[in-house]
Amino acid sequence: MQALTQKSKPVSREPMSLMEKIYLPAVLKGMSITFSHMFKKKPTVRYPEETRPFSPVFRGLHVLNRDEEGRENCTACGLCAVACPAEAITMEAAERKEGEEHLYREEKYAARYEINMLRCIFCGLCEEACPKDAIYLSETFAPASFARKELVYAKNDLLIPNPKTEPEAFAKAKGLKPIK
Amino acid sequence: MQEHQHNIKLPDGSIERQTTTLNLGPTHPATHGVFQNILEMDGERIVSAESTVGYIHRAFEKLAERRPLYQITPLTDRLNYCSSPINNMGWHMTCEKLLGVQTPKRVDYLRVIIMELARVADHVICNSVIGVDTGALSVFLYVMQYRELIYEIYEEICGSRLTTNIGRIGGFERNFNATTWEKLERFLKEFPKALKEFENLLMRNRIFMDRTIGAGPISAERALNYGFTGPNLRASGVDYDVRIHTPYSSYQDFNFNIPVGTTGDVYDRWLVRNQEMWESLEIIKQAYQKIQEFKGEEAEVYHANVPEYYLPKKEDVYTKMEALIWHFKIIMGETAIPAGEVYHSVEGGNGELGFYMISDGGRSPYRLHFRRPCFIYYQAYAELVKGAMLADAVAVMSSLNLIAGEMDA
Repeated sequence: MQALTQKSKPVSREPMSLMEKIYLPAVLKGMSITFSHMFKKKPTVRYPEETRPFSPVFRGLHVLNRDEEGRENCTACGLCAVACPAEAITMEAAERKEGEEHLYREEKYAARYEINMLRCIFCGLCEEACPKDAIYLSETFAPASFARKELVYAKNDLLIPNPKTEPEAFAKAKGLKPIK
Repeated sequence: MQEHQHNIKLPDGSIERQTTTLNLGPTHPATHGVFQNILEMDGERIVSAESTVGYIHRAFEKLAERRPLYQITPLTDRLNYCSSPINNMGWHMTCEKLLGVQTPKRVDYLRVIIMELARVADHVICNSVIGVDTGALSVFLYVMQYRELIYEIYEEICGSRLTTNIGRIGGFERNFNATTWEKLERFLKEFPKALKEFENLLMRNRIFMDRTIGAGPISAERALNYGFTGPNLRASGVDYDVRIHTPYSSYQDFNFNIPVGTTGDVYDRWLVRNQEMWESLEIIKQAYQKIQEFKGEEAEVYHANVPEYYLPKKEDVYTKMEALIWHFKIIMGETAIPAGEVYHSVEGGNGELGFYMISDGGRSPYRLHFRRPCFIYYQAYAELVKGAMLADAVAVMSSLNLIAGEMDA
């Protein structure tokens, strides 16, 4: 084959030298490398007792956010459901009634909000699509269940604890994740 | 062709077969994926092989026909999942080509860094798995922790490790933060030592050489006829590299070589990939240096200025009406997309990954085709393993860097 460019560089493919053919020195060299690894710092993390630190933008399980007064941010605009490439999000909107102002931030809210975790691919597009800072991906991951039904998360499973009534649980759920 | 001499002698007039049929795959631990091969075996030697595709076909090309452009990125993640950022970037660049978006230089260089990191991650897995398949497990374990460093860099930028969905049309979703650069510096400092050690363990090891030299060779002519690209073609001696022949993402600004082999056997493919990792490290260093040279406002650019296709900032969406309108339009896939036909290819982890898109001006592609290098390599697999030993078949498969997810799309 003629060369197509000036940049090609052949890889070295020398035949084996006598030392390499004897093989015994290579065995010793290999053994010494593997032996030296015994004294190196272990890179493994003993999960689940220990966990490694995540980046602040880690894409884990979803959380439906509330504002400081404990009202739900979601207005059921449906952008997250539109943006979802896995078609995992379903919602039903309802209108806020008189006297529900302390529950929902806007006049419209999601009466039903479901994410099918079996379909979800954790791409983060719902978080990006949300214009109300209502859905975000937390640092929790690895949900497990014995029943498929339980992995269709309803609104109650997704909602962040109320900062008014459970401030500690709220802070924990928020974690280190800064809200964009 | 010479008639194969069978080991088993049958009496005259017997209707028994002299060969054994062996199913290698579709779920076999040695095939690293869902590959089925129906091998006709004569003792340990392979008389003929029949390769099957389609066990994890997920109809990505069809799915893409009813998705807006930005939702196709997670599909490309799942092609070659060892180097998904390259697939993501390739897709973004295809969209940019169709939409006529010009990316700033800094975005190009950031992309180069991510793509080269992905290439290193891909090659390091492929090469160490060749070691595993020829009986050297420890090398695989030693380099795995350095792939972890690469994955942590992805995680800082996009929030995920394997199926990255990194970058957006026009640039990146967020700028690289200080931790990312710190992690990159750590990788550049630690990885060369590990790679050197990796070489020490395998490159001139007699067992490894005996096992791989002469296994599954392919001539340059045959490789070209099959449509080989990437390291597998370069191992046969053709210096074809998309990064040099049709530079994308400002690859023309970088100085690097194309390692080429001679015979195209497993050992050559290993050597070519190994050398490519060194070249990739050089490219990353050059790109990092170029990025540090940006001053002032330019040093903060991480996306092109295209409000039609790139999502506005979240603060603006919450407060400004115009940003909110663009936000809704982009997410709903209602931005104007020109009609046309576009092909763009990138040098993926294991070859030329091409995207052929026809747009009729609708919200999603009219037709999309992924040129998946694995699919092409797999067609040659039967020829490569013919007459080889069964153990070589496994080594040849991993040396081609076959990824079932990419092969079946």
